[in-house]
Amino acid sequence: MVAGIRGAMPVLGIATFFGAWTLATSLKLAPPTFLPSPLAVLHSMVELTQIPYAGSTLQQHLMASLEKFGISFAAAVLLGVPFGLIMGRSNLMKWALSPLFEGFRFVPPIAWVPFAIFWFGTGFLAPTLVIFAGAFAPCVINSYRGAQLIERHLIEASQTLGAGRWRTFTEILLPAALTHIVAGVRVGAGFGWQSLIGAELIVGSTGLGYMIVQAGSNLQPAIVISGMITIGIAGASIDYLMRAIQHGVRRKWAH
Amino acid sequence: MTPRQDRSVPLRWIVSGSSVALLFAAWYLVTGPLGLVSSLKFPAPLDAYDSLIRLIRSPGYADGILAQHILSSTELVLIGFLLATATGVPLGLLMGRNRLVDGYVNPVFQLIRPIAPIAWIPLTILWFGLGMGAKLFVIWLAAFAPAVINTYTGVRNIDTIVIQAARVHGASSKEMLFDVVIPGALPSIFTGLRTSLQACWMVLVAAELVGSFVGLGHIMIIASRDLDSGMILVAMICVALLGVLMSAGLTYVERYAIPWRR
Repeated sequence: MVAGIRGAMPVLGIATFFGAWTLATSLKLAPPTFLPSPLAVLHSMVELTQIPYAGSTLQQHLMASLEKFGISFAAAVLLGVPFGLIMGRSNLMKWALSPLFEGFRFVPPIAWVPFAIFWFGTGFLAPTLVIFAGAFAPCVINSYRGAQLIERHLIEASQTLGAGRWRTFTEILLPAALTHIVAGVRVGAGFGWQSLIGAELIVGSTGLGYMIVQAGSNLQPAIVISGMITIGIAGASIDYLMRAIQHGVRRKWAH
Repeated sequence: MTPRQDRSVPLRWIVSGSSVALLFAAWYLVTGPLGLVSSLKFPAPLDAYDSLIRLIRSPGYADGILAQHILSSTELVLIGFLLATATGVPLGLLMGRNRLVDGYVNPVFQLIRPIAPIAWIPLTILWFGLGMGAKLFVIWLAAFAPAVINTYTGVRNIDTIVIQAARVHGASSKEMLFDVVIPGALPSIFTGLRTSLQACWMVLVAAELVGSFVGLGHIMIIASRDLDSGMILVAMICVALLGVLMSAGLTYVERYAIPWRR
Protein backbone atom coordinates (compact mmCIF):
# COMPACT_ATOMS: atom_id res chain seq x y z
CA MET A 1 0.00 0.00 0.00
CA VAL A 2 2.72 2.45 1.05
CA ALA A 3 4.82 1.32 -1.89
CA GLY A 4 1.82 1.96 -4.16
CA ILE A 5 1.44 5.52 -2.93
CA ARG A 6 5.15 6.03 -3.36
CA GLY A 7 5.01 4.73 -6.91
CA ALA A 8 2.13 7.04 -7.74
CA MET A 9 3.83 10.18 -6.43
CA PRO A 10 5.90 10.96 -9.56
CA VAL A 11 2.79 10.64 -11.76
CA LEU A 12 0.90 12.87 -9.32
CA GLY A 13 3.70 15.43 -9.34
CA ILE A 14 3.80 15.70 -13.12
CA ALA A 15 -0.01 15.72 -13.27
CA THR A 16 -0.16 18.57 -10.72
CA PHE A 17 2.35 20.57 -12.71
CA PHE A 18 0.54 20.30 -16.02
CA GLY A 19 -2.88 20.44 -14.33
CA ALA A 20 -2.06 23.71 -12.57
CA TRP A 21 -0.62 25.13 -15.77
CA THR A 22 -3.72 24.17 -17.81
CA LEU A 23 -6.08 25.38 -15.07
CA ALA A 24 -4.34 28.73 -14.72
CA THR A 25 -4.65 29.37 -18.44
CA SER A 26 -8.15 28.00 -18.99
CA LEU A 27 -9.59 29.90 -16.01
CA LYS A 28 -7.94 33.03 -17.46
CA LEU A 29 -5.94 33.52 -14.26
CA ALA A 30 -3.05 34.20 -16.59
CA PRO A 31 -3.84 35.96 -19.88
CA PRO A 32 -2.53 34.18 -23.01
CA THR A 33 -0.13 37.06 -23.66
CA PHE A 34 1.42 36.17 -20.31
CA LEU A 35 1.26 32.40 -20.15
CA PRO A 36 -0.11 30.26 -22.99
CA SER A 37 -1.67 26.85 -22.27
CA PRO A 38 0.45 23.70 -22.66
CA LEU A 39 -1.53 22.84 -25.79
CA ALA A 40 -0.89 26.25 -27.31
CA VAL A 41 2.83 25.75 -26.67
CA LEU A 42 2.74 22.32 -28.28
CA HIS A 43 0.86 23.75 -31.24
CA SER A 44 3.33 26.58 -31.70
CA MET A 45 6.22 24.15 -31.42
CA VAL A 46 4.86 22.02 -34.27
CA GLU A 47 4.12 25.14 -36.28
CA LEU A 48 7.66 26.43 -35.75
CA THR A 49 9.10 23.36 -37.43
CA GLN A 50 7.24 24.32 -40.63
CA ILE A 51 6.86 28.09 -40.64
CA PRO A 52 10.09 30.08 -40.15
CA TYR A 53 10.22 32.50 -37.24
CA ALA A 54 12.92 35.18 -36.93
CA GLY A 55 14.37 34.01 -40.25
CA SER A 56 14.49 30.25 -39.72
CA THR A 57 12.47 27.27 -38.63
CA LEU A 58 12.94 25.74 -35.19
CA GLN A 59 15.25 22.99 -36.45
CA GLN A 60 17.36 25.51 -38.37
CA HIS A 61 17.77 27.61 -35.22
CA LEU A 62 18.68 24.46 -33.32
CA MET A 63 21.26 23.48 -35.94
CA ALA A 64 22.75 26.98 -35.91
CA SER A 65 23.13 26.83 -32.12
CA LEU A 66 24.61 23.33 -32.22
CA GLU A 67 27.05 24.34 -34.93
CA LYS A 68 28.38 27.31 -32.94
CA PHE A 69 28.52 25.12 -29.87
CA GLY A 70 30.38 22.34 -31.70
CA ILE A 71 33.05 24.65 -33.12
CA SER A 72 33.98 26.44 -29.92
CA PHE A 73 33.48 23.49 -27.60
CA ALA A 74 35.93 21.48 -29.72
CA ALA A 75 38.38 24.39 -29.57
CA ALA A 76 38.00 24.63 -25.78
CA VAL A 77 38.67 20.90 -25.34
CA LEU A 78 41.60 20.79 -27.78
CA LEU A 79 43.30 23.76 -26.11
CA GLY A 80 42.14 23.32 -22.51
CA VAL A 81 43.12 19.69 -22.00
CA PRO A 82 46.80 20.02 -23.07
CA PHE A 83 46.98 23.32 -21.16
CA GLY A 84 45.80 21.58 -17.97
CA LEU A 85 48.02 18.53 -18.46
CA ILE A 86 51.12 20.67 -18.99
CA MET A 87 50.30 22.73 -15.89
CA GLY A 88 49.84 19.52 -13.95
CA ARG A 89 53.18 18.01 -14.99
CA SER A 90 55.52 20.97 -14.95
CA ASN A 91 55.93 23.22 -11.91
CA LEU A 92 57.51 25.93 -14.01
CA MET A 93 54.53 26.05 -16.36
CA LYS A 94 52.16 25.94 -13.42
CA TRP A 95 53.80 28.92 -11.78
CA ALA A 96 53.91 30.87 -15.01
CA LEU A 97 50.39 30.14 -16.22
CA SER A 98 48.25 29.78 -13.11
CA PRO A 99 48.08 33.51 -12.18
CA LEU A 100 46.90 34.31 -15.70
CA PHE A 101 44.44 31.45 -15.71
CA GLU A 102 43.04 32.34 -12.27
CA GLY A 103 42.42 35.89 -13.45
CA PHE A 104 40.62 34.66 -16.55
CA ARG A 105 38.57 32.09 -14.64
CA PHE A 106 36.82 34.62 -12.43
CA VAL A 107 35.30 36.56 -15.30
CA PRO A 108 31.82 35.11 -15.96
CA PRO A 109 31.76 33.85 -19.59
CA ILE A 110 28.85 36.14 -20.46
CA ALA A 111 30.94 39.20 -19.60
CA TRP A 112 32.97 38.45 -22.74
CA VAL A 113 30.01 39.36 -24.96
CA PRO A 114 31.04 43.03 -25.54
CA PHE A 115 34.56 42.05 -26.58
CA ALA A 116 33.16 39.20 -28.66
CA ILE A 117 31.22 41.84 -30.60
CA PHE A 118 34.31 44.03 -30.96
CA TRP A 119 36.45 41.17 -32.19
CA PHE A 120 34.07 39.07 -34.27
CA GLY A 121 31.30 41.48 -35.19
CA THR A 122 27.65 40.68 -34.65
CA GLY A 123 27.59 37.70 -36.98
CA PHE A 124 27.74 33.96 -36.67
CA LEU A 125 31.08 33.82 -34.87
CA ALA A 126 30.32 36.32 -32.09
CA PRO A 127 29.01 33.78 -29.53
CA THR A 128 31.94 31.41 -30.09
CA LEU A 129 34.27 33.40 -27.82
CA VAL A 130 31.67 33.27 -25.05
CA ILE A 131 31.14 29.50 -25.38
CA PHE A 132 34.89 29.02 -25.37
CA ALA A 133 35.20 31.10 -22.20
CA GLY A 134 32.55 28.91 -20.56
CA ALA A 135 33.96 25.53 -21.55
CA PHE A 136 37.70 26.20 -21.27
CA ALA A 137 38.13 26.49 -17.48
CA PRO A 138 36.54 23.14 -16.44
CA CYS A 139 38.62 21.33 -19.11
CA VAL A 140 41.83 22.91 -17.77
CA ILE A 141 41.09 22.34 -14.09
CA ASN A 142 40.16 18.67 -14.40
CA SER A 143 43.03 17.81 -16.75
CA TYR A 144 45.36 19.54 -14.30
CA ARG A 145 44.02 17.45 -11.42
CA GLY A 146 44.18 14.29 -13.49
CA ALA A 147 47.81 14.94 -14.42
CA GLN A 148 48.77 15.66 -10.82
CA LEU A 149 47.31 12.40 -9.56
CA ILE A 150 49.33 10.18 -11.91
CA GLU A 151 51.71 7.96 -10.03
CA ARG A 152 55.25 9.07 -10.53
CA HIS A 153 56.64 5.59 -11.11
CA LEU A 154 54.48 5.16 -14.22
CA ILE A 155 56.15 8.13 -15.85
CA GLU A 156 59.59 7.14 -14.62
CA ALA A 157 59.08 3.60 -15.91
CA SER A 158 58.12 4.83 -19.35
CA GLN A 159 61.08 7.18 -19.45
CA THR A 160 63.43 4.39 -18.40
CA LEU A 161 62.04 2.33 -21.24
CA GLY A 162 63.03 5.10 -23.60
CA ALA A 163 59.78 6.96 -24.25
CA GLY A 164 60.31 10.53 -25.38
CA ARG A 165 58.30 13.53 -24.22
CA TRP A 166 55.65 13.12 -26.88
CA ARG A 167 55.17 9.39 -26.28
CA THR A 168 55.05 9.89 -22.51
CA PHE A 169 52.39 12.52 -23.11
CA THR A 170 50.21 10.51 -25.50
CA GLU A 171 50.70 7.03 -24.07
CA ILE A 172 50.99 7.60 -20.31
CA LEU A 173 49.70 11.01 -19.34
CA LEU A 174 46.62 11.21 -21.53
CA PRO A 175 45.22 7.72 -20.81
CA ALA A 176 45.96 7.88 -17.08
CA ALA A 177 44.25 11.24 -16.68
CA LEU A 178 41.42 10.38 -19.07
CA THR A 179 38.66 9.77 -16.50
CA HIS A 180 39.35 13.18 -14.94
CA ILE A 181 39.58 14.85 -18.31
CA VAL A 182 36.25 13.45 -19.46
CA ALA A 183 34.56 14.60 -16.25
CA GLY A 184 35.87 18.11 -16.89
CA VAL A 185 34.81 18.02 -20.51
CA ARG A 186 31.29 17.11 -19.40
CA VAL A 187 31.10 20.07 -16.99
CA GLY A 188 32.55 22.26 -19.72
CA ALA A 189 29.86 21.16 -22.17
CA GLY A 190 27.17 22.22 -19.70
CA PHE A 191 28.73 25.63 -19.08
CA GLY A 192 29.39 26.09 -22.78
CA TRP A 193 25.77 25.38 -23.73
CA GLN A 194 24.50 27.84 -21.09
CA SER A 195 26.95 30.49 -22.23
CA LEU A 196 25.89 29.97 -25.84
CA ILE A 197 22.25 30.67 -25.03
CA GLY A 198 23.21 33.75 -23.03
CA ALA A 199 25.38 35.06 -25.86
CA GLU A 200 22.67 34.45 -28.46
CA LEU A 201 20.21 36.48 -26.39
CA ILE A 202 22.45 39.49 -26.78
CA VAL A 203 24.14 39.14 -30.15
CA GLY A 204 23.55 37.28 -33.40
CA SER A 205 20.84 36.67 -35.94
CA THR A 206 20.37 32.90 -35.68
CA GLY A 207 20.07 30.29 -32.96
CA LEU A 208 17.63 29.33 -30.24
CA GLY A 209 18.67 32.17 -27.93
CA TYR A 210 18.06 34.68 -30.71
CA MET A 211 14.69 33.13 -31.45
CA ILE A 212 13.40 33.37 -27.87
CA VAL A 213 14.61 36.91 -27.35
CA GLN A 214 12.85 37.98 -30.57
CA ALA A 215 9.67 36.21 -29.54
CA GLY A 216 9.94 37.83 -26.11
CA SER A 217 10.07 41.34 -27.49
CA ASN A 218 7.17 40.50 -29.87
CA LEU A 219 5.12 39.33 -26.86
CA GLN A 220 4.75 35.75 -28.12
CA PRO A 221 5.26 33.62 -24.99
CA ALA A 222 4.22 30.38 -26.77
CA ILE A 223 7.24 30.70 -29.06
CA VAL A 224 9.47 31.66 -26.13
CA ILE A 225 8.46 28.55 -24.21
CA SER A 226 8.81 26.33 -27.32
CA GLY A 227 12.36 27.64 -27.64
CA MET A 228 13.04 27.04 -23.95
CA ILE A 229 11.85 23.45 -24.24
CA THR A 230 14.09 22.90 -27.26
CA ILE A 231 17.01 24.40 -25.34
CA GLY A 232 16.26 22.04 -22.45
CA ILE A 233 16.04 18.96 -24.67
CA ALA A 234 19.22 19.84 -26.56
CA GLY A 235 21.09 20.58 -23.31
CA ALA A 236 19.91 17.30 -21.77
CA SER A 237 20.91 15.38 -24.92
CA ILE A 238 24.41 16.89 -24.89
CA ASP A 239 24.76 15.93 -21.24
CA TYR A 240 23.44 12.43 -21.96
CA LEU A 241 26.01 11.99 -24.71
CA MET A 242 28.79 13.22 -22.43
CA ARG A 243 27.67 10.87 -19.68
CA ALA A 244 27.68 7.94 -22.11
CA ILE A 245 31.25 8.82 -23.11
CA GLN A 246 32.20 9.16 -19.45
CA HIS A 247 30.82 5.69 -18.64
CA GLY A 248 32.56 4.20 -21.65
CA VAL A 249 35.89 5.72 -20.65
CA ARG A 250 35.50 4.67 -17.05
CA ARG A 251 34.75 1.09 -18.01
CA LYS A 252 37.73 0.91 -20.33
CA TRP A 253 40.38 2.75 -18.35
CA ALA A 254 39.52 2.53 -14.65
CA HIS A 255 41.77 0.08 -12.89
CA MET B 1 58.44 20.53 4.09
CA THR B 2 61.47 19.19 2.32
CA PRO B 3 64.44 21.47 1.63
CA ARG B 4 63.74 21.15 -2.08
CA GLN B 5 60.34 22.76 -1.70
CA ASP B 6 61.80 25.49 0.53
CA ARG B 7 64.19 26.55 -2.17
CA SER B 8 61.49 26.53 -4.82
CA VAL B 9 59.26 29.03 -3.00
CA PRO B 10 61.15 32.17 -4.12
CA LEU B 11 61.55 30.67 -7.58
CA ARG B 12 57.82 30.23 -7.73
CA TRP B 13 57.23 33.91 -7.02
CA ILE B 14 59.84 34.96 -9.54
CA VAL B 15 58.24 32.85 -12.27
CA SER B 16 54.67 33.91 -11.46
CA GLY B 17 55.65 37.54 -11.08
CA SER B 18 57.58 37.69 -14.31
CA SER B 19 54.77 35.95 -16.18
CA VAL B 20 52.29 38.58 -15.02
CA ALA B 21 54.79 41.36 -15.72
CA LEU B 22 55.34 39.95 -19.19
CA LEU B 23 51.61 39.98 -19.86
CA PHE B 24 51.32 43.63 -18.82
CA ALA B 25 54.37 44.56 -20.88
CA ALA B 26 52.94 42.78 -23.91
CA TRP B 27 49.59 44.49 -23.33
CA TYR B 28 51.27 47.90 -23.16
CA LEU B 29 53.43 47.32 -26.24
CA VAL B 30 50.77 45.78 -28.43
CA THR B 31 48.15 48.44 -27.75
CA GLY B 32 50.53 51.40 -27.46
CA PRO B 33 53.93 51.88 -29.11
CA LEU B 34 53.68 48.96 -31.53
CA GLY B 35 50.12 49.84 -32.49
CA LEU B 36 49.25 46.25 -33.40
CA VAL B 37 45.81 46.32 -31.77
CA SER B 38 43.56 49.34 -32.22
CA SER B 39 41.67 50.72 -29.24
CA LEU B 40 38.51 49.54 -30.98
CA LYS B 41 39.63 45.95 -30.32
CA PHE B 42 41.25 46.25 -26.92
CA PRO B 43 42.10 49.27 -24.76
CA ALA B 44 45.61 50.38 -23.84
CA PRO B 45 46.33 50.22 -20.09
CA LEU B 46 46.17 54.02 -19.80
CA ASP B 47 42.82 54.16 -21.63
CA ALA B 48 41.42 51.64 -19.17
CA TYR B 49 42.76 53.72 -16.29
CA ASP B 50 41.15 56.86 -17.71
CA SER B 51 37.85 55.01 -18.04
CA LEU B 52 38.10 53.88 -14.45
CA ILE B 53 38.67 57.45 -13.22
CA ARG B 54 35.80 58.73 -15.37
CA LEU B 55 33.55 56.04 -13.93
CA ILE B 56 34.46 56.73 -10.31
CA ARG B 57 34.04 60.52 -10.45
CA SER B 58 30.59 62.01 -10.77
CA PRO B 59 28.65 62.17 -13.08
CA GLY B 60 30.09 58.73 -13.81
CA TYR B 61 29.06 56.71 -16.84
CA ALA B 62 25.83 55.07 -18.00
CA ASP B 63 23.64 57.09 -15.62
CA GLY B 64 25.64 56.62 -12.45
CA ILE B 65 29.01 56.43 -10.78
CA LEU B 66 30.80 53.11 -10.22
CA ALA B 67 29.58 52.79 -6.63
CA GLN B 68 25.93 53.01 -7.72
CA HIS B 69 26.37 50.35 -10.41
CA ILE B 70 28.22 48.05 -8.03
CA LEU B 71 25.63 48.56 -5.33
CA SER B 72 22.76 47.72 -7.69
CA SER B 73 24.40 44.55 -9.05
CA THR B 74 25.56 43.35 -5.64
CA GLU B 75 22.18 43.99 -4.11
CA LEU B 76 20.41 41.91 -6.77
CA VAL B 77 22.83 39.00 -6.45
CA LEU B 78 22.71 39.00 -2.66
CA ILE B 79 18.92 39.18 -2.40
CA GLY B 80 18.41 36.57 -5.13
CA PHE B 81 21.01 34.30 -3.57
CA LEU B 82 19.53 34.62 -0.07
CA LEU B 83 16.01 33.97 -1.40
CA ALA B 84 17.26 30.87 -3.21
CA THR B 85 19.05 29.65 -0.07
CA ALA B 86 16.01 30.31 2.10
CA THR B 87 13.73 28.33 -0.25
CA GLY B 88 16.09 25.77 -1.79
CA VAL B 89 17.76 24.42 1.34
CA PRO B 90 14.47 23.68 3.19
CA LEU B 91 13.04 22.00 0.08
CA GLY B 92 16.20 19.92 -0.26
CA LEU B 93 15.98 18.91 3.41
CA LEU B 94 12.33 17.98 3.02
CA MET B 95 12.99 15.96 -0.14
CA GLY B 96 15.93 14.24 1.50
CA ARG B 97 13.97 13.27 4.60
CA ASN B 98 10.54 12.48 3.18
CA ARG B 99 10.20 9.95 0.37
CA LEU B 100 6.68 11.03 -0.53
CA VAL B 101 7.73 14.66 -1.05
CA ASP B 102 10.77 13.43 -2.95
CA GLY B 103 8.60 11.32 -5.27
CA TYR B 104 6.18 14.20 -5.78
CA VAL B 105 8.60 17.07 -6.39
CA ASN B 106 11.61 15.39 -7.98
CA PRO B 107 10.06 14.56 -11.39
CA VAL B 108 8.83 18.14 -11.86
CA PHE B 109 12.24 19.33 -10.87
CA GLN B 110 13.94 17.01 -13.36
CA LEU B 111 11.52 18.21 -16.04
CA ILE B 112 12.36 21.90 -15.63
CA ARG B 113 16.01 21.69 -14.65
CA PRO B 114 17.57 21.00 -18.09
CA ILE B 115 16.32 24.41 -19.27
CA ALA B 116 19.29 26.70 -18.71
CA PRO B 117 18.38 29.48 -16.23
CA ILE B 118 19.66 32.01 -18.76
CA ALA B 119 16.99 30.82 -21.21
CA TRP B 120 14.34 32.12 -18.78
CA ILE B 121 15.44 35.72 -19.26
CA PRO B 122 13.14 36.59 -22.22
CA LEU B 123 10.11 35.05 -20.50
CA THR B 124 10.78 36.85 -17.21
CA ILE B 125 11.18 40.15 -19.04
CA LEU B 126 7.82 39.46 -20.67
CA TRP B 127 6.35 38.76 -17.23
CA PHE B 128 8.02 41.36 -15.03
CA GLY B 129 9.51 44.00 -17.35
CA LEU B 130 13.09 45.22 -17.31
CA GLY B 131 13.27 46.21 -13.64
CA MET B 132 14.44 44.48 -10.48
CA GLY B 133 11.66 41.87 -10.41
CA ALA B 134 12.68 40.03 -13.55
CA LYS B 135 16.33 39.93 -12.50
CA LEU B 136 15.55 38.74 -8.99
CA PHE B 137 13.40 35.96 -10.45
CA VAL B 138 16.07 34.61 -12.82
CA ILE B 139 18.80 34.92 -10.18
CA TRP B 140 16.61 33.02 -7.74
CA LEU B 141 15.89 30.41 -10.40
CA ALA B 142 19.58 29.94 -11.24
CA ALA B 143 20.60 29.54 -7.61
CA PHE B 144 17.62 27.45 -6.52
CA ALA B 145 18.46 24.19 -8.33
CA PRO B 146 22.05 23.78 -7.04
CA ALA B 147 20.86 24.64 -3.51
CA VAL B 148 18.11 21.99 -3.61
CA ILE B 149 20.18 19.26 -5.25
CA ASN B 150 23.21 19.54 -3.01
CA THR B 151 21.14 19.76 0.15
CA TYR B 152 19.21 16.70 -0.97
CA THR B 153 22.40 14.76 -1.76
CA GLY B 154 23.90 15.87 1.56
CA VAL B 155 20.91 14.55 3.51
CA ARG B 156 20.83 11.30 1.55
CA ASN B 157 24.53 10.68 2.11
CA ILE B 158 24.39 10.92 5.88
CA ASP B 159 25.43 7.58 7.36
CA THR B 160 22.23 5.71 8.30
CA ILE B 161 24.00 4.39 11.39
CA VAL B 162 24.27 7.95 12.69
CA ILE B 163 20.54 8.52 12.12
CA GLN B 164 19.64 5.21 13.76
CA ALA B 165 21.92 5.93 16.70
CA ALA B 166 20.25 9.29 17.22
CA ARG B 167 16.83 7.63 17.06
CA VAL B 168 17.83 4.90 19.54
CA HIS B 169 19.00 7.57 21.94
CA GLY B 170 15.57 9.15 21.76
CA ALA B 171 16.16 12.20 19.60
CA SER B 172 12.98 14.15 18.93
CA SER B 173 12.32 15.06 15.29
CA LYS B 174 13.42 18.62 16.02
CA GLU B 175 16.68 17.40 17.52
CA MET B 176 17.10 15.00 14.64
CA LEU B 177 16.80 17.84 12.13
CA PHE B 178 18.94 20.45 13.86
CA ASP B 179 21.53 18.27 15.58
CA VAL B 180 21.94 15.40 13.12
CA VAL B 181 20.60 16.04 9.63
CA ILE B 182 21.53 19.69 9.07
CA PRO B 183 25.07 19.45 10.48
CA GLY B 184 25.59 16.24 8.52
CA ALA B 185 24.46 17.82 5.27
CA LEU B 186 26.21 21.19 5.79
CA PRO B 187 29.39 20.47 3.80
CA SER B 188 27.34 19.40 0.80
CA ILE B 189 24.96 22.36 1.29
CA PHE B 190 27.88 24.76 1.10
CA THR B 191 29.18 23.08 -2.05
CA GLY B 192 25.76 23.77 -3.54
CA LEU B 193 25.72 27.38 -2.35
CA ARG B 194 29.11 27.96 -3.99
CA THR B 195 27.73 26.73 -7.33
CA SER B 196 24.60 28.83 -6.72
CA LEU B 197 26.60 31.99 -6.16
CA GLN B 198 28.54 31.50 -9.39
CA ALA B 199 25.32 30.89 -11.29
CA CYS B 200 23.85 34.07 -9.76
CA TRP B 201 26.66 36.23 -11.14
CA MET B 202 26.51 34.66 -14.56
CA VAL B 203 22.75 35.11 -14.86
CA LEU B 204 22.80 38.62 -13.45
CA VAL B 205 25.37 39.80 -16.00
CA ALA B 206 23.38 38.15 -18.79
CA ALA B 207 20.12 39.72 -17.61
CA GLU B 208 21.72 43.15 -17.32
CA LEU B 209 23.19 42.81 -20.80
CA VAL B 210 19.81 41.89 -22.26
CA GLY B 211 18.18 44.93 -20.72
CA SER B 212 18.68 47.14 -17.68
CA PHE B 213 18.84 50.72 -16.42
CA VAL B 214 21.74 50.42 -13.99
CA GLY B 215 24.41 47.89 -12.99
CA LEU B 216 27.74 46.58 -14.27
CA GLY B 217 26.10 44.82 -17.22
CA HIS B 218 24.41 48.12 -18.10
CA ILE B 219 27.84 49.81 -18.23
CA MET B 220 28.91 47.11 -20.70
CA ILE B 221 25.95 47.68 -23.05
CA ILE B 222 26.36 51.45 -23.08
CA ALA B 223 30.14 51.11 -23.51
CA SER B 224 29.82 48.73 -26.45
CA ARG B 225 27.39 51.15 -28.05
CA ASP B 226 29.93 53.97 -27.52
CA LEU B 227 32.78 51.71 -28.74
CA ASP B 228 34.52 52.44 -25.43
CA SER B 229 36.68 49.35 -24.93
CA GLY B 230 38.36 50.80 -21.83
CA MET B 231 35.05 51.05 -20.03
CA ILE B 232 34.16 47.47 -21.00
CA LEU B 233 37.40 46.18 -19.53
CA VAL B 234 36.81 48.11 -16.31
CA ALA B 235 33.31 46.66 -15.98
CA MET B 236 34.61 43.13 -16.65
CA ILE B 237 37.29 43.48 -13.99
CA CYS B 238 34.71 44.79 -11.51
CA VAL B 239 32.44 41.81 -12.19
CA ALA B 240 35.35 39.40 -11.69
CA LEU B 241 36.53 41.09 -8.48
CA LEU B 242 33.04 41.19 -6.98
CA GLY B 243 32.65 37.50 -7.77
CA VAL B 244 35.92 36.73 -5.99
CA LEU B 245 34.94 38.87 -2.99
CA MET B 246 31.55 37.21 -2.61
CA SER B 247 32.98 33.74 -2.91
CA ALA B 248 35.58 34.67 -0.27
CA GLY B 249 32.70 35.89 1.92
CA LEU B 250 30.98 32.55 1.50
CA THR B 251 34.18 30.72 2.49
CA TYR B 252 34.27 32.87 5.65
CA VAL B 253 30.65 31.97 6.50
CA GLU B 254 31.42 28.32 5.78
CA ARG B 255 34.33 28.30 8.22
CA TYR B 256 32.11 29.84 10.84
CA ALA B 257 29.25 27.41 10.17
CA ILE B 258 31.34 24.24 9.96
CA PRO B 259 34.06 24.77 12.57
CA TRP B 260 34.86 21.06 12.70
CA ARG B 261 36.04 21.06 9.11
CA ARG B 262 38.57 23.84 9.47
